[in-house]
Amino acid sequence: MREPTLPTFQGFGLGLRPPHYQDFLAGEPQVDFVEVISENFMVRGGRPLHVLDAVRERYPVAMHGVSMSIGSADGVKLDYLKRLKQLADRVRPLWVSDHLCWTGVEGFNSHDLLPLPYTEDTLKTVCANIDRVQDVLERPLVLENPSSYLTFADDEMTEWGFLSEMCARTGCYLLLDINNIYVSGTNHGFSPEAYIAGVPAERVRQVHLAGHSAGRGLLIDTHDTPVPDPVWALYELASRRLGQVAVMIERDDDIPPLGELLSELEIARARANGVRGRGLAA
Amino acid sequence: MSLLDLQRGFRDYILSGAPEIGPRLGGDPAAGLAVYHHAYRAQLFAGLRDTFEKTWAWLGDEGFDAAARRHVEAHPPSSWTLGDYGEDFPATLNTLYPDDPEVAELAWLDWTLRRAFDGPNAEAISPEALAAVDWDTAVLTLVPTLKVGEVATNCAAIWGAIAEDQTPPAAEPLPQAAAIRVWRQTLSPQYRTIEAAEHHALSLVLAGEPFGGVCTTLSEGMDEAQASQLIGGLLASWIQDGLVCGAE
Ligand SMILES: [Fe+2]
Repeated sequence: MREPTLPTFQGFGLGLRPPHYQDFLAGEPQVDFVEVISENFMVRGGRPLHVLDAVRERYPVAMHGVSMSIGSADGVKLDYLKRLKQLADRVRPLWVSDHLCWTGVEGFNSHDLLPLPYTEDTLKTVCANIDRVQDVLERPLVLENPSSYLTFADDEMTEWGFLSEMCARTGCYLLLDINNIYVSGTNHGFSPEAYIAGVPAERVRQVHLAGHSAGRGLLIDTHDTPVPDPVWALYELASRRLGQVAVMIERDDDIPPLGELLSELEIARARANGVRGRGLAA
Repeated sequence: MSLLDLQRGFRDYILSGAPEIGPRLGGDPAAGLAVYHHAYRAQLFAGLRDTFEKTWAWLGDEGFDAAARRHVEAHPPSSWTLGDYGEDFPATLNTLYPDDPEVAELAWLDWTLRRAFDGPNAEAISPEALAAVDWDTAVLTLVPTLKVGEVATNCAAIWGAIAEDQTPPAAEPLPQAAAIRVWRQTLSPQYRTIEAAEHHALSLVLAGEPFGGVCTTLSEGMDEAQASQLIGGLLASWIQDGLVCGAE
């Protein structure tokens, strides 16, 4: 079954992280939406759901998960999907996203986003899993391109080629992480510009912006610094191609006061407007 | 190689560090493999530090990390949520610190308070409902986050001092066996050290014994005034602490 169209949402938001719960509960930070890590709220009760309900009253919420394991060869887990559906029914989110990766197999869960070989075999597994997820969730799925530190000898296509085919076969949507494109491109020697030119822009509903750090010979997706210049440049490039999208800054470590992230979000807004302004002038 | 075989191989590599999947990888994979090998452990260590914060403070970085390493190597996670990771960490600490029982008890307290933090909601019984209870036949329902654990040390005093940023007391055995009850009152996880009689009474209530029967059992060998003072005091504290959510 072809999934229904997922409405677009144009705006600039932030992730809801515990150090900022009070800011979101007490004041009215000027963001257009917030993104929550689904698993942190897939709990029975207590403060997390209390906070989420209060925030949801004021903001549209995007749900972003890390444990779906859409690339697991032994399938997605029904108990997980049912819990996720429960949360989605409560939150009525803009959409539900996770990552193009696998996190475990046969009962083992690494709690890490592990890389997939980009082959026809993987594509079949991923698409079958997406069909199942979309059936259980009763909504289209949004998948994010991961950062990766390995490639596979069997790779038959580029990551953006894989994403395009995946969207075409399942009707799912994309969350484009600009930093992950930069990190993986640097690590594996592909052109981030070619990537951005190659993704199916009309399927992109959300954009992540983040920082990274340099490891031994590799860039690591650490989300612990402000968005660096090369990521901003790629973001401007992407903004020229993308339509209405929800853009957010992802900061998961060394989390600064909310004001700093709001200023960074203003930069994202200004850069996107600048691109659009120039586009109009041209 | 099928995707399933590749994922099994990758899992085995993450767990053991033996790079059997090496030939299937592109380019020069050593650095990339090391990233995944490291990230898996770093994530679990961070999860344990987060859940067992007071135990971490008590043991210090070095002691805690050594215990976490032992635990992670022996216990690969299976749940989809990192929040479930560490249920058996107190048992690991028991093995590593056989002469320091407060360590595992602190960890039990950390774990149980964390479970109470996002455990199921329940509403405490209202004063009107209380007024209508027939105490002889009523079976009490207690909040679902309630857990009772036996302790032999002053772990509660240690936990409390660390939570308040004060110098914790030295670990010492309690003069007599006691228990701690952990629960959540509205949004706040709570704990309280309780005596043997209360522990006994809670066990009976949790087993579904009507309140009248709990009173009879508890009163054995006591005079009536003593017994009603004890039982009245217990019930009052349970109601005050928001432990009771039904009595029918
Ligand atoms: Fe991201």
